[in-house]
Amino acid sequence: MRDLSLRARAFIGITAASLLAFACAPDPVDDVPVPDSTGDVDVEDEAPGPITVYSGRNEDFVGFIFDDFELATGIEVAVRYGDTAELAATIVEEGEASPADVYFAQDAGALGALQDQGLLTELPEDILEVVEPTFRSREGEWTGTTGRVRVLAYNTDNVDPAELPDSVFDLTEPEWQGRVGWAPTNGSFQSFVTAMRLTEGEEVARAWLEGMLANDAVEFPNNTAIVEGVSRGEVDLGITNHYYLYRFLAEDPEFPVDNHYLPGDIGGLVNIAGVGVLASSDAEEAAFELVRYLLSEEVQVFFGQNADTIEFPVVAGVEAPGLPSLAEIDPPNVDLSNLEDLQGTLQLLQEVGALA
Amino acid sequence: MSAHLPSPGDQLTRPVPERPTRRSGTRRVAGIHPAVWVPSLLVAAAMLLPALYLVLATVELPPARIWEIATDPATLRLGGRTLLLGASVTAASLLLGIPLAWLTVRSDLPARRFFAVATGLPLVIPTYVGAFALVGAFARGGLVEEWFGVVPPAPYGFWGAFAALTLFSFPYVLITVQSGLRGIDPTLEEASRLLGNGPVRTFLKVTVPQLRASAAAGGLLVMLYVFSDFGAVSILRYSTFTRGLYLQYRAAFDRSPAALLGLLLVGMTIVVIVLEARVARDRGGQFGARGPTRPAAAVPLRAWRWPAAGLCSVVVLLGLVTPVTVIGFWLVRGLQAGEQVNVALGPAGRSILAAGLGALAAVAAALPVAIWSARSSSRIARLVERASFTGYALPGIVVALALVFVGIRLATPLYQTLAMLVFAYVVLFLPQAIGAIRTSLLQVNPNVESASRVLGGTRLTTLRRVTLPLARRGAIAGGALVFLTALKELPATLLLAPTGFDTLATRVWSATEEAFYTRAAVPALFLILIGSVPLAIAMIRERRER
Repeated sequence: MRDLSLRARAFIGITAASLLAFACAPDPVDDVPVPDSTGDVDVEDEAPGPITVYSGRNEDFVGFIFDDFELATGIEVAVRYGDTAELAATIVEEGEASPADVYFAQDAGALGALQDQGLLTELPEDILEVVEPTFRSREGEWTGTTGRVRVLAYNTDNVDPAELPDSVFDLTEPEWQGRVGWAPTNGSFQSFVTAMRLTEGEEVARAWLEGMLANDAVEFPNNTAIVEGVSRGEVDLGITNHYYLYRFLAEDPEFPVDNHYLPGDIGGLVNIAGVGVLASSDAEEAAFELVRYLLSEEVQVFFGQNADTIEFPVVAGVEAPGLPSLAEIDPPNVDLSNLEDLQGTLQLLQEVGALA
Repeated sequence: MSAHLPSPGDQLTRPVPERPTRRSGTRRVAGIHPAVWVPSLLVAAAMLLPALYLVLATVELPPARIWEIATDPATLRLGGRTLLLGASVTAASLLLGIPLAWLTVRSDLPARRFFAVATGLPLVIPTYVGAFALVGAFARGGLVEEWFGVVPPAPYGFWGAFAALTLFSFPYVLITVQSGLRGIDPTLEEASRLLGNGPVRTFLKVTVPQLRASAAAGGLLVMLYVFSDFGAVSILRYSTFTRGLYLQYRAAFDRSPAALLGLLLVGMTIVVIVLEARVARDRGGQFGARGPTRPAAAVPLRAWRWPAAGLCSVVVLLGLVTPVTVIGFWLVRGLQAGEQVNVALGPAGRSILAAGLGALAAVAAALPVAIWSARSSSRIARLVERASFTGYALPGIVVALALVFVGIRLATPLYQTLAMLVFAYVVLFLPQAIGAIRTSLLQVNPNVESASRVLGGTRLTTLRRVTLPLARRGAIAGGALVFLTALKELPATLLLAPTGFDTLATRVWSATEEAFYTRAAVPALFLILIGSVPLAIAMIRERRER
């Protein structure tokens, strides 16, 4: 850096050095002790672990839960955050040697795929029995931690709630032409199409997709973009998951969007975020301990109330005050374990031209 | 950045007989020390790892299925769309980058020095941030409508992806051509003017032909970048090979069809590289003993001065000011709503650490390859240099999963360490460093090295005392470029960094993924700032050293 003055060089040097010091130091936030909701810190003498979690769920939603778990049990948790499907692909590539012990996914399809490849281990009975059967694998190799419901998010300025449809099948009617947003590349949308193929049959699903395309459904890259597009009036209605709305409301209380539930309709599918323990894990017990913690009443209650996540508890008897009850939602009867046939869905989406 | 991505410089200003023949090139091959070609071959082998992985994953499919996917109309359509987008963005980048480079280097443009750097800065904006910001500004109900009451055309589909990618990647052309212009001897243009040609004709007939190689080098970086981009095409809804490939990975948990798409992309890359080599008409070197004899006089723009400044302003406005404004707006809106903002110094430090080491490693790996390909006309040297483009043109997720597959089996102790991540950055961004170093060497007459040999220096001493110091400017420029792109890198960082090693890019991704725009704002602004500094310094140095 011949032509930089000595002072400039000193400045760059000091800045770089201090940033590197930060890089090596833990985050300032991490230093703040996280208050344990139970009030006591019960560190066992010989904590098993440490464990590694591959989390497709966002750090902003679950990071502090892992911190609390560490405090409560003394089991160290290292977390790698990423995209749900990319992390599943990573686990497949890693095979037996995978450093991961626990896989935390955004949807049932990814867990079903790992279960199919024999990469997950069976969860103990005491874990499975507390979870509502609709929210866990029938093979017992993964369990949901929260439920998320497919809804129609609508613009409250442009749509009269009375004109809202009772079924996704109404969205192919002329009155909704060009007014509906969807995300055909999105995992939870594809799970919904898979469910539609299973319950209504391949031909009905194909006809619905073609009808939506003919009706000029507007494509978005993901659910947040849909909700945003609805708020801006780009579309009046979006096919999405229920919980995205709350995050926008947290940043902007005037946000002009509300959720419309579709009880009994396939469009009201209940999916899960869930966990599985890897068959290759060398810290199985500690991993099960984490799963138990995620299903504990305090964490379940928290998932149902936290402004960022408001999701449905999966443990029988725990309610989320801001959400309709499971009975009101009346979810369609779909075995979530069967949602892993995404290749078929992908092919269908490609054939009808939804992925053009 | 500077001097060097391009190449041409003085080659056309020299009398034809000085041009080396293939024979003289072959003779020089004999002079290449094993300290150059042995590491070069190792680097090339490492660069081909992703392609090897793709082959392994593809052959899991039955041949009939391979044929079926490869000839599927949907696949062909994706290929066509990818080529269309790549070719259009490259053409637009050339049409924008070459005139802007000329304006900012050779004319009496108002605020020329400012624009020379500012028009290059859109390169620091990651497309996954830039595209989001463009949607926030131009989509229905976006900031433009809110603030100015006009509804601009929707930024989606082909035109949206085209505009965004041109805006955020045309600086590859700008920077290489700026540097090429500074390497041109101005006497030819003066002769053309004296012979009665106007400024436009002189530019088209004398200047542009001399910029051929530098424009082609920049255009190649743009085109192959478009092949690999996921951020802009997914947010702006235009399907390319890379988007289809991500879809396969994300939706189907089936790596083999995705791997086949990856291999087809490698095939397209090879075609583009061969075409580029023809366009650039690379003669294996140019041999000006000195650079330009004196700086060129600024060409007066007269009545065009202010329209030209207007064009530069529009580029800076769209490519830099708009994204920064939208991000700033997210920040302010969130703060007003009572959002907490984390200053993100830790991720900033980790970003600088990883990208910095990536830049150093890329320069180290690029040096032997660049020296070999600049100082010999051996076909192998050329092949090795070109092999480095494989990783650059492939989507990050492919390279990342390839290194997961290989790393956990062959380099277990290094798996998910910083070393692994740095290695991934080298595989992804090496061509940027090679191009810069190679060009800086091409601009120096190899007679300098011959002199060292005649004076009794061994090949190794010559390499150490003469060649390496000559490569210094190129190394700094290439390092700055790798640093900047590594800073923005996402898929490999997510999968290969040490567990818990969050960087600015991963912070931005995780926040925008869940629509926490306020939380995305601070790391995004940091990312833009930290990327701008080395780029600006390299661009200013380049200007001074000339």
